[in-house]
Amino acid sequence: MGVVVKIPTQLRAVADGEAEAEVEGATVKEVLDGLFLRFDELRARISDEDGSLRRFVNVYLAGEDIRFLEGLQTPVADGAELTILPAVAGG
Amino acid sequence: MAVSHLECAECKAEYPLEALYVCERCFGPLGVAYDHGSSEHDVGELRRRIQGGPQNIWRYADFLPLTGGPPGPSGRLASRAGLPAGCTPLIRADRLARQLGLREVWVKNDTANPTHSFKDRVVSVAVARARELGFDVIACASTGNLANSVAAHGAALGMDSYVFIPADLEEQKVLATGVYGTRLVAVQGSYDDVNRLCTELSAERDWAFVNVNLRPYYAEGSKTLAFEIAEQLGWELPDRCVVPVASGSLFTKIAKGFQEWRELGLLRDELPRMNGAQAEGCSPVASAFAAGHEVCRPVKPNTIAKSLAIGNPADGPYALDLARRTGGSVDAVDDEEIRAGIALLARTTGIFTETAGGVTTAVLAKLAARGDIDPDERVVLVITGDGLKTLDAVRDTFQTHTIAPTVESFQAGVPEAVSV
Repeated sequence: MGVVVKIPTQLRAVADGEAEAEVEGATVKEVLDGLFLRFDELRARISDEDGSLRRFVNVYLAGEDIRFLEGLQTPVADGAELTILPAVAGG
Repeated sequence: MAVSHLECAECKAEYPLEALYVCERCFGPLGVAYDHGSSEHDVGELRRRIQGGPQNIWRYADFLPLTGGPPGPSGRLASRAGLPAGCTPLIRADRLARQLGLREVWVKNDTANPTHSFKDRVVSVAVARARELGFDVIACASTGNLANSVAAHGAALGMDSYVFIPADLEEQKVLATGVYGTRLVAVQGSYDDVNRLCTELSAERDWAFVNVNLRPYYAEGSKTLAFEIAEQLGWELPDRCVVPVASGSLFTKIAKGFQEWRELGLLRDELPRMNGAQAEGCSPVASAFAAGHEVCRPVKPNTIAKSLAIGNPADGPYALDLARRTGGSVDAVDDEEIRAGIALLARTTGIFTETAGGVTTAVLAKLAARGDIDPDERVVLVITGDGLKTLDAVRDTFQTHTIAPTVESFQAGVPEAVSV
């Protein structure tokens, strides 16, 4: 069992049309790296050259923005749910 | 001038005029681009065309993202197109100016909209575009004012609506939403939780979420505030605008409106200095401005200015850039200053604003006290919402003289008025 990553509609074209993927990893960064291994084009869409998330990408662990946790280093347990969403909504 | 396409603010990728809001290539926000045409514009003719339009935002339809023009006949006193917004008063506020040591202050009183906030402008545009795109249901994530407006516009146009709000919203805003017969959903969480939920739902439901999948069109509605200010000042720009900042959309789109009219030759002055106003209990943009950062660090809001309580502002980076580029700032004030701001505006202008307007007025006072404003400047204060929406903020801030119905009781119990 791994971590379930929910993929937003805007990224499904580069994720074989999948709405979610199950990936192994002990931190948010490891999970995202695992996701990028499977869907190579995803990396450039949401990551900067230095490996950090682009500024209009939000990642939530069980509904909490990872910037309120430990960012990309936030530990994730087996069976957890990670959600990637655009940050440009609202207001 | 005609609307042309959607364009990513970051990588400039182009998209068709559909219900899209995010760039698939870089996740940047999509904005609306127009084709200004290459020929010289006849400024006199453009101005006459605007002035011949209806007394509401549809007089600016040439500069809004509708492909079919205004949604129907409407004027100030009659409308076949729902609840048109705009053409709100711009009021010279000499007594407020004098108290602050300034020469010329104007209040743009956007409480005078159908549901008593500037949100009727953005909702009018978003809903008109939603209908052009064939949507039957409108929805939103709201801190309150948007909730009122979406519910009312849904009722006016006979569209079903879903309104998502944080469960701890002010009672006045909840009541002034539910009355319209919307499906009102109180989410146990902050506005940012509501926003996340609506972002997820927008992918699952075929609804027009005005500030999610329709956001590029919605945001354009805020430009009409800029157009009105310029037109009401006789086709001139103020030297400075003080504007509340929640997501940063209103703040940046007011400047976009001024800029578009400058490019068309309708306005000749420099862009005003743009000052953003936030509450200290939710000031991610003001904090980033003070620290010299280009992006905002999200915060957990805790302020009486709930309509500005967005901890993760979508347009934060653009608001920061605008404030710096125009020689303005983004400042924050605490809850006491907000209450004092509400009272100052009410007592010197006769305009009763909600907490967000208290924030804006208090930031104007702060800028004046700090000496940031040249006394010769013409300043516009943008008041976005009505005080009746946040009555708790003024409870117990004044004295009521209760007397028996006799002249003696009045003379004994009520002191003589003292002019401010």
